[in-house]
Amino acid sequence: MSTDRIIQNEQGRVPDAASEARLIEIRREAEKRGSVEAVGVRPPGAPFPIASPETGYYGIHLLKEPQWTPEIPLYFFVGGAAGSSAATSAIAEWTGLDHKIARDARWVAALGAVISSGLLISDLGRPSRFLNMLRVFKPQSPMSMGAWILAGFGTFSGASLFAQLMQDYFGPGIVVSVLKHSSQALSALFGLPFHNYTGVLIGATAIPVWNHNIRSLPIHFGTSGLLAGTSVLELMGNEDSTALNLIGIGAATLETYEGYHLEMKRDPVINEPLKHGVSGWVTRAGGVLSGPVPLALRLAALIAGRRAKNLRRLAAISGIAGSILTRYGWVHAGHASARDWRLPLKVAGKPHPLEERMQSKPEIPQVKVA
Amino acid sequence: MSTRPADPSVDGHRTTAFLTDSTLCIGCKACEVACKEWNGVAADGFTWSGFSYDNTGALGHSTWRHVKFVEHAPAPGLGGNAGELASWAFSSDVCKHCEEAGCLEACPTGSIVRTEFGGVYVQPDICNGCAYCVVACPFGVVQKNKDDGRAFKCTFCYDRQKAGMEPACAKACPTESIKFGEKSHLRTVAQERVRELQSRGMEDAKIYDPVDTSVKGIHAFFIVRGDERQYNLPPTPEVPTVYLKEGWKQSAVGSAALVIGSLVAFAIAGRRTTSGRGAATAAKSSARALRKGVRR
Repeated sequence: MSTDRIIQNEQGRVPDAASEARLIEIRREAEKRGSVEAVGVRPPGAPFPIASPETGYYGIHLLKEPQWTPEIPLYFFVGGAAGSSAATSAIAEWTGLDHKIARDARWVAALGAVISSGLLISDLGRPSRFLNMLRVFKPQSPMSMGAWILAGFGTFSGASLFAQLMQDYFGPGIVVSVLKHSSQALSALFGLPFHNYTGVLIGATAIPVWNHNIRSLPIHFGTSGLLAGTSVLELMGNEDSTALNLIGIGAATLETYEGYHLEMKRDPVINEPLKHGVSGWVTRAGGVLSGPVPLALRLAALIAGRRAKNLRRLAAISGIAGSILTRYGWVHAGHASARDWRLPLKVAGKPHPLEERMQSKPEIPQVKVA
Repeated sequence: MSTRPADPSVDGHRTTAFLTDSTLCIGCKACEVACKEWNGVAADGFTWSGFSYDNTGALGHSTWRHVKFVEHAPAPGLGGNAGELASWAFSSDVCKHCEEAGCLEACPTGSIVRTEFGGVYVQPDICNGCAYCVVACPFGVVQKNKDDGRAFKCTFCYDRQKAGMEPACAKACPTESIKFGEKSHLRTVAQERVRELQSRGMEDAKIYDPVDTSVKGIHAFFIVRGDERQYNLPPTPEVPTVYLKEGWKQSAVGSAALVIGSLVAFAIAGRRTTSGRGAATAAKSSARALRKGVRR
């Protein structure tokens, strides 16, 4: 197609009635109006759009887009799974109901802490300066709190795993036992905020779609983390644990409700990035994979009994994928939200500037007519 | 008009401010050039925006002063335009140096501090490039330089102020559109100027200083004409710390729900068995676990 056109242009066009009529039409318009309005004549963007309270400053967005690398949404996911696993480990151990889950969850928590740190450090432009985070303690900065929570969580979940391994190799002892239980308690204590503080982290920002949803984000991210942690534990050979399935059912129910809630929201401008465009579809896919899909599979597995391991595995994989997509969807929505110039200027309901930018503004002549 | 002191020297602990008067700005960009030269900031590249004479676009890590070219609907007479031409206003934008600064509160390293002059300053040797200040700024000012890995913004010429000098942009401004001085004094200057403009018929002249928002005012206020939104100035900027209380509350609620929910789940499920175990034993153990959980 394009090759034909190039050859045709190189050989020159054959004038016909239509082409000549068009040239005369352009000339008439120029004579009559002093300018020509037709498409292809006007350079794109000219005459200039005007700045106004309704159109803002040429639709240039005021807010800066987030500048995090793709490691950060993944960090949200790993942190959610690791933090909630620490709590699961402690509960499974102290109720004395499931020592295998307690052991496996220790691994998830400790390895998750290591991976989290790696992801966070790799996001920093200067990795060696991660320690700068630990020179101050600022309760008013969720990023500072997160760094301290991660430091505490990593220390104690590591210690808890270490004690576990010591006990395995050298047998039970009073020192190891004290270390194991105290570090497990502290690991769970840090794990709880670690699994959902990322909702506060993005909620307490100037990005409209994030701070608008500050009420639901921590629980949404926490639930997503719990679902992911539970799913990882199940894939580690705990597909027959009814407790994990019940936790998974609870988390998937909450995620289904959250997805429904987001879908039903009636404030179209701020939540637009959660419904439309790439971020909308990623968020939606994340919602389906962490809500209704694992919920249905888990309920089916519950009815089918303990032998329905494949259903459980499917539910777990779906939950993990959903949790990852949810984090990427929300971060991407933050980018789209920052680019929407209307939001900080409180200009509601206007069309997106890109649709308007190329439109002509004939009421403002650009050349003074003599 | 001659309200600017001859030598706006700073004696160390005065709270200083910028007053940027858009009605005096001629769009020469001397402030942009002076800022870049004094601070040694990298060039932005030579590109055309394609829809306005504003080819700088926005503030960023390498743009600490930015002259806006506000072309708005024709306003014949005042402002000096003929009726058939778009009215043109210029305004030199800068970091607002908020009283409640989102970037400063968000910074996890303590790199961003409040100086003795009241400005907000990023200490480059401490910044670790976490980029949390970028999303915390309600004015979209601070930005991470991805090549360098750290965040940068207007320093309020902290180095010059410490030497008792005015910032580079204010010194280079040929029309005194950028005024620098003690904050309370500049406020008076701004009020007088707005009164003067209004008496000359520019009834839409006003001061932009969001004191009634959670930002609680800024150290770089502006005199603009008409609606501040056409200058890309947000009518109600909010410092993101206002969302913290709700966020942490929900975080606590979520954590509590996780603990209770997990306890209930383990209690209902009971001890995991590989072979068939008596239903009565399972029920007994789950009841025991539930009691245990409630006690805990």
